[in-house]
Amino acid sequence: MTTTPPDARTDPTPLAPGAPRSGTTFLGLPTAPRGVGHLRGEQPFPDAARTALRDGQLRANLGRATTTIRGKRAAVVSEVPHWEQLRQAGKALKAATMARLDEHLEELERQVTARGGTVHWARDAAEANRIVTELVRASGTDEVVKVKSMATQEIGLNEALERAGISAVETDLAELIVQLGEDAPSHILVPAIHKNRSEIREIFRRTIPGVDPGLTDDPRQLAMAARAHLRERFLRARVAVSGANFAVAETGTLAVVESEGNGRMCLTLPRTLITVMGIEKVVPRWADLGVFLQLLPRSSTGERMNPYTSLWAGLTPGDGPQEFHLVLLDNGRTAVLADEVGREALHCIRCSACLNVCPVYERTGGHAYGSVYPGPIGAVLSPQLTGVEDNASLPYASSLCGACYDVCPVAIDIPSILVHLRAEHVEAQQRPTAEAVAFRGLSRVMSNPRLWRLAQRAAGLGRFLARGRPTLPAALPPPASAWTRTRDLPTPPRKTFVEQWTEEHRS
Amino acid sequence: MSAREEVLGRIRTALGGDRPRVAVPPLPAPRSLGRDELLDLLAERVEDYRATVLRCAPDEIPATVVRGLDSALGTGWDPAGVVVAPGVPAAWRPSGAPEDDGRPAVGLAAFAATLTGVATAIAETGTLVLDGSPLSGRRALSLLPDVLVCVVEAAQVVPDVPDALARLDPLAPLTMVSGPSATSDIELQRVEGVHGPRTLVVVLAG
Ligand code: SF4
Repeated sequence: MTTTPPDARTDPTPLAPGAPRSGTTFLGLPTAPRGVGHLRGEQPFPDAARTALRDGQLRANLGRATTTIRGKRAAVVSEVPHWEQLRQAGKALKAATMARLDEHLEELERQVTARGGTVHWARDAAEANRIVTELVRASGTDEVVKVKSMATQEIGLNEALERAGISAVETDLAELIVQLGEDAPSHILVPAIHKNRSEIREIFRRTIPGVDPGLTDDPRQLAMAARAHLRERFLRARVAVSGANFAVAETGTLAVVESEGNGRMCLTLPRTLITVMGIEKVVPRWADLGVFLQLLPRSSTGERMNPYTSLWAGLTPGDGPQEFHLVLLDNGRTAVLADEVGREALHCIRCSACLNVCPVYERTGGHAYGSVYPGPIGAVLSPQLTGVEDNASLPYASSLCGACYDVCPVAIDIPSILVHLRAEHVEAQQRPTAEAVAFRGLSRVMSNPRLWRLAQRAAGLGRFLARGRPTLPAALPPPASAWTRTRDLPTPPRKTFVEQWTEEHRS
Repeated sequence: MSAREEVLGRIRTALGGDRPRVAVPPLPAPRSLGRDELLDLLAERVEDYRATVLRCAPDEIPATVVRGLDSALGTGWDPAGVVVAPGVPAAWRPSGAPEDDGRPAVGLAAFAATLTGVATAIAETGTLVLDGSPLSGRRALSLLPDVLVCVVEAAQVVPDVPDALARLDPLAPLTMVSGPSATSDIELQRVEGVHGPRTLVVVLAG
């Protein structure tokens, strides 16, 4: 494992780079529209986090799960001697792809079309939903099976289909749990990570018709109940909707990485396959998969390789779907691309390693982030996709500890992007708000590692901010203040900190 | 303006005129392993996924396939319930086992087990790759029956993922199989067997 040199994270120019992202555009590029999809929460992060922090069961479930997955990941990463080299290759490949994204997408379109597929372009969530709905309607069915896909969650496809009278059946076990429980996903890889086995058993008992009333909370039994519930649906499905982990421009090959075989069912059995993919998922060459297929499974499930990876290029007569549609989705991605610092968030391969190591995520869970992209990557991606004014508190949802950078398989410098977005948020305020003033002071603290450590140790000060006394040195990022409000901490060392802080800043 | 023109136009605006070539560092070389080490590594890694690995000499493949089916289905299994990929050599097939007749894919769910070969196998990750060829069979064949028996020959084994990709046809429908179907969705505890085959038997010859 590696660490960022401290100066890379705490470079003292948090207000400088990039023009402010004003209103809903940057360089005139539209962000993801409001009113559709799941990129914005109903509450700002600190409020949602406070609610989550009161849920002891949630914290226990999350703590157990993230501890397990961190251990598994560390074990399989440490057995690869050239891991850092692979990681740097992944980072460079993503940067190279973004630098010529238009060319790679045009090539992908040519190759997919040449092999019998149809490529659609969607400016935003609403357009993508419309395209998919029309394709399903044209196939004459009112039920589709779905493979877990972040892109379709982001655009709220299930709700759009439902409004059109089409039911979308989630087939990934965790997604099924979330769907049956009328819940929302809380993790990229394990969307039901916030539920423990007995909560899952209750959901199954309540919602699966004809389920064995004697169902225990043994994970094997629960998995078998899901198998039985879905099997018939797979066999009768005529249309499947998937996402894609990668799409190779030079060959037109799409890749879906999964574990259960529900992905293979969806990609193989129905006559029509519709794949919705963010434009940043393209990779230029076939050989590039050699890097990403090593990085992804070890970082996400902590396995050397996930059970199933499906790769297909257009149509194959006599094997799999006979109609293939690829929907290429923008929905704010080009606005992210326009920001030279923030752009790196598009390199994400959705492994979820950064969630599993994040102290903020571990305590609040995914729902507090209000977006389908939770955790550190969500804190940098969601505000960029929506425009920072719509997710203004997310860039503060981090203690900047740097653990996310250390585990990221494509070495995304999340802490630096967070600092960059905070600056942008402050800059975008018309009148200086209390938060903005506080942040300006804080940015100086953050620019000095020693002061920052001091400030973190004094996190109890956030309490006073919460009580409506926002004196300057108490300006700590909202999550810190949110924790302290619900934790039984000793009296905060207020005076000492203020004294030290003032002293530092006089000299 | 069409959505296509508009999205491509936005990308061009975002990138501006400057299109640097980003240098990609060369990939690390895979560890160099002798043939025996390679096969040992593959066997160890496949077993890690709680699949069964049966090693044999090339001329013992037919008997070992039968042994694998015995362990997965219990002795006394019905050969009519074992479907074979069309390109599997006649010698490997249990007598009486039917070949995939190209019936609608969902009809394959009626079989208890499938026998196929593979396109290549990756030692480092314990992965088999099926490529839709007659030897591997179509994708539904290795998916629907609950037991999958795959024969891997020594010459098909490569060290790591990049070596496998170099051997494979990017236009073929490919399935990489690493152990039986599994989920870790409940408290991150691995459970083998959800929708794909719950039992994977690998006959490793050579
Ligand atoms: S940002 Fe990096 S660590 Fe986090 S999900 Fe994306 S690829 Fe994984």
